[in-house]
Amino acid sequence: MSTQESYVTEDGRTIGPTVMEMKNITLRFGGVKAITDISFDIREGEIRAIIGPNGAGKSSMLNVISGFYVPQEGEVWYKGKKRPPMRPYQVAQQGIARTFQNIALFEGMTVLDNVMTGRIRQMTSGVFAQAIWKGKAEKEEVENREFVEKIIDFLEIQAIRKTPVGRLPYGLKKRVELARALAAEPSILLLDEPMAGMNVEEKEDMSRFILDMNDEFGTTIALIEHDMGVVMDLSDRVVVMDYGKKIGDGTPDEVRNNQEVIDAYLGVAHD
Amino acid sequence: MAQSSQATGGLTSIPALLQRNATLYAEKSAYREKEFGIWQTWTWAETEKEIEALALGLINLGVNEGDFIAIIGRNRPYFYFAMAAAQSVGAVPVPVYNDSAADEMEYILGHCGARYAIVEDQEQVDKIIEIQEHLHQFEHMIYIDPRGMRKYDHHALHEYSHIQAQGRAAYDEFITDLKARREKLTYDDTCVMLYTSGTTGKPKGVVLSNRNVIESAKNSAEFDNLGAGEEILSYLPMAWVGDFIFSLGQAYWCGFCVNCPESADTMMTDLREIGPTYYFAPPRIFETQLTSVMIRMEDAGNLKRKMFHYFMAHAKKVGGKILDGKPVGAMDRLKYALGDVFVYGPLKDTLGFGRVRVGYTAGEAIGPEIFEFYRSLGINLKQLYGQTEATVFITVQPDGEVRADTVGVPAPDVEIRIEDNGEIYYRSPGVFVEYYNNPESTASTKDAEGWVATGDAGFFEPDSGHLRIIDRAKDVGKMADGSMFAPKYVENKLKFYPDILEAVLFGNGKEKCVAFINIDLTAVGNWAERNNVAYASYQELAGHPKVLDTIQSHVEAVNESVAQDPMLSGCQIHRFLVLHKELDADDGEMTRTRKVRRVIVADKFNDLVEGLYDGSTTVSTKTEVTYEDGRKGSISATLDLRDAKVFPTASKVAAE
Repeated sequence: MSTQESYVTEDGRTIGPTVMEMKNITLRFGGVKAITDISFDIREGEIRAIIGPNGAGKSSMLNVISGFYVPQEGEVWYKGKKRPPMRPYQVAQQGIARTFQNIALFEGMTVLDNVMTGRIRQMTSGVFAQAIWKGKAEKEEVENREFVEKIIDFLEIQAIRKTPVGRLPYGLKKRVELARALAAEPSILLLDEPMAGMNVEEKEDMSRFILDMNDEFGTTIALIEHDMGVVMDLSDRVVVMDYGKKIGDGTPDEVRNNQEVIDAYLGVAHD
Repeated sequence: MAQSSQATGGLTSIPALLQRNATLYAEKSAYREKEFGIWQTWTWAETEKEIEALALGLINLGVNEGDFIAIIGRNRPYFYFAMAAAQSVGAVPVPVYNDSAADEMEYILGHCGARYAIVEDQEQVDKIIEIQEHLHQFEHMIYIDPRGMRKYDHHALHEYSHIQAQGRAAYDEFITDLKARREKLTYDDTCVMLYTSGTTGKPKGVVLSNRNVIESAKNSAEFDNLGAGEEILSYLPMAWVGDFIFSLGQAYWCGFCVNCPESADTMMTDLREIGPTYYFAPPRIFETQLTSVMIRMEDAGNLKRKMFHYFMAHAKKVGGKILDGKPVGAMDRLKYALGDVFVYGPLKDTLGFGRVRVGYTAGEAIGPEIFEFYRSLGINLKQLYGQTEATVFITVQPDGEVRADTVGVPAPDVEIRIEDNGEIYYRSPGVFVEYYNNPESTASTKDAEGWVATGDAGFFEPDSGHLRIIDRAKDVGKMADGSMFAPKYVENKLKFYPDILEAVLFGNGKEKCVAFINIDLTAVGNWAERNNVAYASYQELAGHPKVLDTIQSHVEAVNESVAQDPMLSGCQIHRFLVLHKELDADDGEMTRTRKVRRVIVADKFNDLVEGLYDGSTTVSTKTEVTYEDGRKGSISATLDLRDAKVFPTASKVAAE
């Protein structure tokens, strides 16, 4: 299939044309190559997974997408344009939101306030206007709060709305982080190991939320995950990395039957 | 819009009351629900419009008079609208417990032959789709929350708001039909059908007429002077008769406001925000709240804690008396007023009871300590005794005559008689019409003169005229020596300890009694934290020797108290064990209203009962458990069985 034509998946979702493309990315830290010559694309409306064993370079890849790292070689194309090197906040302004593997929330603030910070990109009134709480600033706050409340409802965290994040258990913090990322109305949502450290029930909840987000809001999702079962059930397409190289790319079924992938996961000696 | 002609005539149905309220209380709040962090309000006029649109939509969908419409969801205004809309078109609403498993729903929907269901979300839709092929009459499903359902086959699946929109669009076409159907409703037409959970056997469909519901609502509202200004919080299952009477019957009769929580988890916050004036909760909720207050006080600062205990001790002495209007000295009154400023007032506010004028608890016996705690704070908490078959009310406690160990005097228009075996019978305007499609059960419960057997044994106290309940009549048995076996009496005494969540006593026809005990994870878990007892699971905590010691001391204290009553002294617990899992409705061990299914428990844990009787000190067992999503698993455990000290009967002591 051509990467520019839309198609409809078996479960009735429309997958659009390519929204982001990584071309021959290489990332080095000193003499160590974290990523070697990797290319792949992300299409609008799909759930795209990046998997691989420990140290394969998955998080580095995500950090390249989100602008934390600037690759030495290769190009990142976003919405048909080549993206110049950018600071992470500029990437965020372009509509790419993310969550972190080691939760990065404001622990002393309430869940509501944390999620509201996700709306900063949507607030245009000045600091002064916000401080005196008049006119545009007030209207903006009300609109943003309304949007945030819809997300709180969506992720079923009403009961902890006013609870400081520091008091929450791990699984709920993950959900709050997701809420904050969603609040930014991202066109691409990057999830760094959303299921890490969760029990089966929490994983099932999180999977449900990821599928619903994709379905209800049409959010394009790129996720890194360790749990193979989860990835295979959730994703439309999977990139497999090992030792910084791409060793597989395709639908979950294709990837599952790829000999190189099997070797990487079952462990074969590297020369 | 034009009003029904019945609005001014006889108010003989819920839709007729709705028409009256839409005129009389047009701009007054009728329903509220917290959504997106804000309380959304519908006035009575708006409520009437919502219901009318839905009713027209239902006619448009093909609902006929006499059809059954299952209503499955948590307390939300939309479902209350749905019930009234169903009644408006001459159909019968059948609320179903929303946490029922698919096979339980299959039984109910199959039994009443429901053609339609109005459900909350994907979870319920999935359950019904799963059982749909076994339900021959079933046709259409309406859901409220569209989330996750865009891809479903919408052939026979409709969104609630779309049905309403279709109803509005078809206004001219169907409004005459709707009015005709609405005006046809009489006192004898079915108002609602409620399935009783049934501690034994399959659920039975209790048919309640408009007369049952409206008369009961009217009598009880007059009894407690309920008016249009009341605020209630609706959070108890919609399939339970109490919720139907409070949130529909009385709400429509009085015109008061029904508030629905944001979600099940936010109930306590929402309770605080609303501050209901009329409140109902089963004893379990009061227990949980008291436990959490006590736990938080233990963690509070020294000054606060001392102040709390000082004023609570005073409240215990005089609070109840002040509430009952009995004479109390001026100094004590002053001290109580001071306590109200510093402790009772703020505490009531935190609990959400700041404005409660009338509060009820029922369903189970409430611990005297718990009951007194709330009353001493100045909360007018009372008890009532009721049944689905009576449209709730059998006896109620009048203001000023409230006690923990009785359930009050006969409710207005209720006659009560007690048979020789102690079983309580009643007759009232609230007495149900029949069990749907079950003439044998109807005949065995209700006689030709309208007397209904409650299945409970009790007696009237000669001096006060208050009814006291001993136990379920069929559970009351005889020990091998012929003395009375009343398990509930002993279990309730055990459950009054915060550490004990549930207890099941065995001993019918045996020489001596033995018991199963469930610990309360909140209370015992807190104790464990305080005492550096590490545990990884419920099972491990339940089997901890220190926990067993504590439970043993409770059991022995209960034995001592049971020994005081010569009639029931034989029910002392000789041996007991602490169960390795919580008794759960999903495993069929309890009803959805959390009453223990004695026979099923005895059967399921047969090996443990035998162990208790044959004197073994440990038993290894494996138990099947059902998870919320219907999957099954099993847990294995080795349980310690313990002996408890028993006490000689009080009268014997006196004789010695």
